[in-house]
Amino acid sequence: MMRAVWFALVAMLVVSRAWAIDPEELADPQLQERYKSISHELRCMQCLNQSIADSPVSLAGDLRREVRELLLAGKTDEQVRQFMTDRYGDFILFRPRFSSRTVWLWSAPFVMLLIGGYIAIRVVRQRSRLVDSDTDPVDDIMEESTPPR
Amino acid sequence: MNRFLIPLGAFVLLVVVLAVGIRHSADKGTIRSPLIGKPAPVFNLATLSEPKRTISNTELRGKWYVVNIWGTWCFACREEHAYLLEMKRSGVMPIIGLNWKDEDEKAREWLTQLGDPYDFVAMDYDGSVAIDWGAYGAPETFLVNPEGIVVKKRVGVMTPEVWNDFVSHLHAPKSNPS
Repeated sequence: MMRAVWFALVAMLVVSRAWAIDPEELADPQLQERYKSISHELRCMQCLNQSIADSPVSLAGDLRREVRELLLAGKTDEQVRQFMTDRYGDFILFRPRFSSRTVWLWSAPFVMLLIGGYIAIRVVRQRSRLVDSDTDPVDDIMEESTPPR
Repeated sequence: MNRFLIPLGAFVLLVVVLAVGIRHSADKGTIRSPLIGKPAPVFNLATLSEPKRTISNTELRGKWYVVNIWGTWCFACREEHAYLLEMKRSGVMPIIGLNWKDEDEKAREWLTQLGDPYDFVAMDYDGSVAIDWGAYGAPETFLVNPEGIVVKKRVGVMTPEVWNDFVSHLHAPKSNPS
């Protein structure tokens, strides 16, 4: 019984690589690392929000093959991304690049932060002014009621 | 008064932004091809009729032509096929079939069964040429001008409207997209 369990566990470990969506591995570990990170950054055009690394669709497999070939040919990460956007446009990148078309996309969070900050400062100022102009004797009573040190 | 003016202004702004977004999203399902206005990717592929012969689209320089990406595994291609035959019958320009990841045998059977709308069929067995053309869902159809520039791209089945739009570019005085 125990042996059968061990056998199953070992078998699972051995075959898991072959059953993965992307069983391919590059010999050079550094290249493999880059391959993995780039293929996670590229959108599978046929799927809903999946990267080509996670998709079993045949086109995703073909695109992974292109990425491997480009990396093995000594291309830089940026050149691989350029290859993909030349063919599929910015949409294939999960992280859109900064361009005239994406300037709002990238700057919107900072613009909102500025607006939020401005509103926050105004509200705080207004409130503090209220305290200054507040001559209600209740406050004085409160102060008096604090125990002396 | 001022208390309501700012939220109201923000709300109106939001409405405007969303309205513009919806107005512009008529073709949101299709992604604009970066190939439009650029030279058509060159291929050198085996032809279906003579597997030993390779053919390149550079041979079509000086002519308007259509590239139709298809495969026998593609359901919508079957739906589109009758209209491709009609396009062929009109004789306006050559129609090149770019067969995407298929087998000769299946492709031949398809064309004998349904009719052959193509001037030639180039076989892209490993799908690398389809990637050069930025294909992501067959059928896809491109219009290429005599200078070899991609003018139009259709993702999905060809319809009379799309075909008429393609043909209108041939008669336009200067149909080169800048």
